Amino acid sequence: MTGRPSTVAPAPLPPGTRLLHELAHCRAGDKGDTSILSLFAYRADDFPLLVQQVTAEAVAAHLEHIVHGEVRRHVLPKLCALQFSCEHALGSGVTTSIALDTHGKALSFALLAMPIAGIAPLQPPESR
Amino acid sequence: MPRHKTIRIGCGAGFQGDRIDPAVILAAQGRLDWMVLECLAERTVAAAQLRRLADPEQGYDPLLRARMTALLPLLKRGRCRLISNLGAANPVGAGRQVVAIAQELGLSLKVAVVTGDDVLDQLDPDTPTLETGQPVREYGPPISANAYLGAEAILPAIATGADVIITGRVADPSLFLAPMIREFGWPIDDPTLLARGTVIGHLLECAGQLTGGYFADPGLKDVRDLAHLGFPFCDVGADGNGTLGKVAGTGGMITLRTVKEQLLYEVADPTAYVTPDAVVDFRTVDLVDMGEDRIRIENAGGTSRTGTLKVSVGYRAGFIGEGEISYAGPNARARAELAGAVLHERLHHDLPDLRIDLIGIDSTHRTDFGHGIDPYEVRLRAAASGATRELAERVGLEVEALYTNGPAGGGGARKFINERIGIVSTLMPRDAVRSGVVRLSTDRASGPALPGIPR
Repeated sequence: MTGRPSTVAPAPLPPGTRLLHELAHCRAGDKGDTSILSLFAYRADDFPLLVQQVTAEAVAAHLEHIVHGEVRRHVLPKLCALQFSCEHALGSGVTTSIALDTHGKALSFALLAMPIAGIAPLQPPESR
Repeated sequence: MPRHKTIRIGCGAGFQGDRIDPAVILAAQGRLDWMVLECLAERTVAAAQLRRLADPEQGYDPLLRARMTALLPLLKRGRCRLISNLGAANPVGAGRQVVAIAQELGLSLKVAVVTGDDVLDQLDPDTPTLETGQPVREYGPPISANAYLGAEAILPAIATGADVIITGRVADPSLFLAPMIREFGWPIDDPTLLARGTVIGHLLECAGQLTGGYFADPGLKDVRDLAHLGFPFCDVGADGNGTLGKVAGTGGMITLRTVKEQLLYEVADPTAYVTPDAVVDFRTVDLVDMGEDRIRIENAGGTSRTGTLKVSVGYRAGFIGEGEISYAGPNARARAELAGAVLHERLHHDLPDLRIDLIGIDSTHRTDFGHGIDPYEVRLRAAASGATRELAERVGLEVEALYTNGPAGGGGARKFINERIGIVSTLMPRDAVRSGVVRLSTDRASGPALPGIPR
């Protein structure tokens, strides 16, 4: 395997849109049946775009196959971060779910598969 | 105490099965004052309780011997004290085992065990669960009930001067906060100091998740030498601010990005993160990049602790049966889908929650977000819960039967069966939970059970 970025638009994205994966990184955590997705802009300049487009409603729509409860969003400007808590997302919770990924560890990349409109051409993120 | 004193606390395990070699490096080269091993997940205590029911001497962490054998000589030599929740469902048994291992190694060791997290006898079956509001008894007879103790419960154990402090269920950050409170003499009711210490504990508690684990995304977030990930420590000051670091030469990295991801990890409400010790506000946290894997953490905010403790209640929840089989090459997806349809037809009547996943297509996200390109190979996975082992086992048997009765070219069938332990949470008044300390030492025989030890 090479270290080449794997951001290849999987589906034909609408013109002028890119994957959230190019702008942001994400970590998934779990508490009971709630998936907690922490989203961080790579560049501070992109953070307002994320605040505008990656709303609780947009995330709920994007993750409709996964999240069956309420999505709440917290905005953390000092960290250029958006925190989503997604209820009823883990098939009854890590201890009783019959899913393969009981913790929802892989759900960070479900969020990063979201299309975002109005992005400048891709530049590689800085190293830190 | 000198104003400029700092203490160095390292994390040598971030989950029950974590690697041991990074902890050995921390113990040997990290110049730690304290090492914490965090080894309990939500369901670990309930699973441990089942082992204890089968054998009263068991119920503590199965890796206790391996961890202690590797670490105790190094910690003793470096005068580093150890705090760990690997007591699980049997902290006193774990403490005795640590003493026995020290004796085998020829070490003189004092151990203090924190008791009182086991509140099964005090659990009111009518108390509502946080998850659904339904009373606890609706879930069937509980097999375990453990309160998340806070730092305050650990302080008397530290005060004994023990080299090793063993706990059962304690909130993870409290394992780190307790030595800060002790060494800096923080008042137990100072919400700012306790919130700051809690944030540092929260950052350290998953060990490798701070230093580049659970992070790498090749080409976008590269991590150097991931195979030899080092575990983190923090130099904490009396003001509760601190600087994260790791042993030079170890793999991984500590950057603003790795720290930010861990800072918000599993924090459902970053404005009010409730632990037994404080309610933390993450919005005010400042992160400063000092370079060379050093990140400074400052200015966490917080308010006073609540009057209740969270209690995790474990209950038996039947069995989960699983089966998997692979299809590859031309028309692989259609053959896997046909296999899934056969399984559904034969099982869904008796196993109504039967779930069919196509690994490679929709098993983790329930959709492929319109990807639309079939993979070269597909692995079918079927899973269902059953009230009895026999019922759940039917899933694996039916998948295996696809070898001779299913679509063409099915290979590599596997079947699994596991008992399922459910966990629900409830709250208990803080005053209703009484913690205690049991002192053990290599200088005494580990002897008969001391009074006041819960079950």
